[in-house]
Amino acid sequence: MTQLALVIDLNVCVGCHACVTSCKQWNTSGPAGAMSDDNPYAAEPTGTFFNRVQTFEVGQYPHTETIHFPKSCLHCEDAPCVPVCPTGASHKREEDGIVLVDYNKCIGCGYCSWACPYGARELDEHEKVMKKCTLCVDRIYDEALPEAERKPACVLACPTSARLYGDVHDPNSEVSIAIRDEGGYALMPEWGTQPANHYLPRRKTRKHYHEDELVRVDNPLKKEGPLIADEKGPFLEDVTSW
Amino acid sequence: MNPPYSVIFLTTLIGAGQGLFLALFFGQTYILLEDIPLESGKFYAIGSLIALVFLIGGLIASFFHLGRPERAWRAATQWRTSWLSREVIVLPLFMFFVFLYGVLHYFDINPSVFGTAAFPETGLTIVVGSVGVAVCIALFICTGMIYACLKFLQEWHTPLTPINYTLFGMASGCTLAALYTQQQQSHLLGHMTVWAIILTLAVFLTRSASLIRNRRIKYKSTLKTAIGVRHTHIQQKAQGAMGGSYNTREFFHGKKASFLKSIKWIFMILVFPVPVALLTAALFNQDATILFVMAFAVQYIGLIAERWFFFAQARHPQNLYYQTI
Repeated sequence: MTQLALVIDLNVCVGCHACVTSCKQWNTSGPAGAMSDDNPYAAEPTGTFFNRVQTFEVGQYPHTETIHFPKSCLHCEDAPCVPVCPTGASHKREEDGIVLVDYNKCIGCGYCSWACPYGARELDEHEKVMKKCTLCVDRIYDEALPEAERKPACVLACPTSARLYGDVHDPNSEVSIAIRDEGGYALMPEWGTQPANHYLPRRKTRKHYHEDELVRVDNPLKKEGPLIADEKGPFLEDVTSW
Repeated sequence: MNPPYSVIFLTTLIGAGQGLFLALFFGQTYILLEDIPLESGKFYAIGSLIALVFLIGGLIASFFHLGRPERAWRAATQWRTSWLSREVIVLPLFMFFVFLYGVLHYFDINPSVFGTAAFPETGLTIVVGSVGVAVCIALFICTGMIYACLKFLQEWHTPLTPINYTLFGMASGCTLAALYTQQQQSHLLGHMTVWAIILTLAVFLTRSASLIRNRRIKYKSTLKTAIGVRHTHIQQKAQGAMGGSYNTREFFHGKKASFLKSIKWIFMILVFPVPVALLTAALFNQDATILFVMAFAVQYIGLIAERWFFFAQARHPQNLYYQTI
């Protein structure tokens, strides 16, 4: 069985919001209709988004770290938003595991958003139906596009390749290998929703020095420090063989 | 959660309607069992009509909760998995039985259907009413389970939620039944009043239990599990939107903790002690209509506050992602 998903590398994300804008651009221009905005250029701008980048600060000054955290629907394998939907508009596709909302069936009751612990669903205030990430389902299967572009808009837009896309059920896919090798984890595992999307943690690049790297082996007198011209005694040149 | 008024009115109105129907039906069986003078068919018919008015009021309120009310019929399709869908089916079904029960009484269509030891001649109204009671209980359970089934809303995820919905409805409906029997000068007045007091006291116990339970909730989700970083000190700096979003409007009530606390005390006073005092006074002065009217009205207003608090108290784990602009 296929389960398409995103893997987001928090070690690489710089918080540029390119995925947010490209997501909005692609999905507001798509066949499903616009994602409405209110006051986009005024005070209190608000609108419908599938994907948002949030920022968290971990630790206290001076030991702080800024984490940019892209958040969209995680396409849970046991999606709690699906069984609660009274109309069947909210569904999980058998063939690729994408969780979708049928905008023609949705009655806008908002119950699925209550049932999502991640806040991944947003009600379109003008169309009055629930909207959420489609994993660009209208793009990834589009054979009119070159194969390299059959990926979600956010993945293509990411300038640092922080977003990987693929089948997490295929153990040899890029995403599965990344999850396995880089310590990929799921959000809020306590609810058993089994999110398909995974996050890769921050990884520190540390240099480890061995002792013999700090002490010069070719220094038999164990004298360190700047050489002083008028110092008495043998110089290094006098005792080494080169 | 941000309390939706449509749902507050839906649940309080249908609760009162359901409770009134239960009171009428059990009043009818009580009369048969205890040899109290029979009530006329019109008594049950008008009572059922009042219950229907409350149910229809609730149904109308529920439509205001929908973004696309014209598609509401679709909500009946997913009864296999969705408690909301089940409620959408059971509510009209219950209204049908209340209607049927009222019509049968209005035209005095009550042929004996079968006999038991308790009811030697079980009339059709008793049979229809019994089915109505079963559907009524099912409706209470559906309404309560809509909230209780959401496991990560820990304030709601308890058997006390459907129990409270059931008992609040029964108490409020029985208070309404006391007012109705008083207006109709029915022999059931004393019984209705006493049962209204008993049910109000019962729901006082179960609601207090849920309040105590909710005070001790240990939330399973934290910022640590929300973003997957193990640190005791995590602060949100941006939520990705400056003017708020659906997530901030739907899941935050925006009121201070002190406001919440005052609402709690308001409903704890209006729903329980005041109606009990008024109904107890009414027991000794059965002609004082004002006491019955006040008991129902005060309790109903209290129930609106109770339902508001029920929603406002629930803390959705998604709020962890929306701590600051």
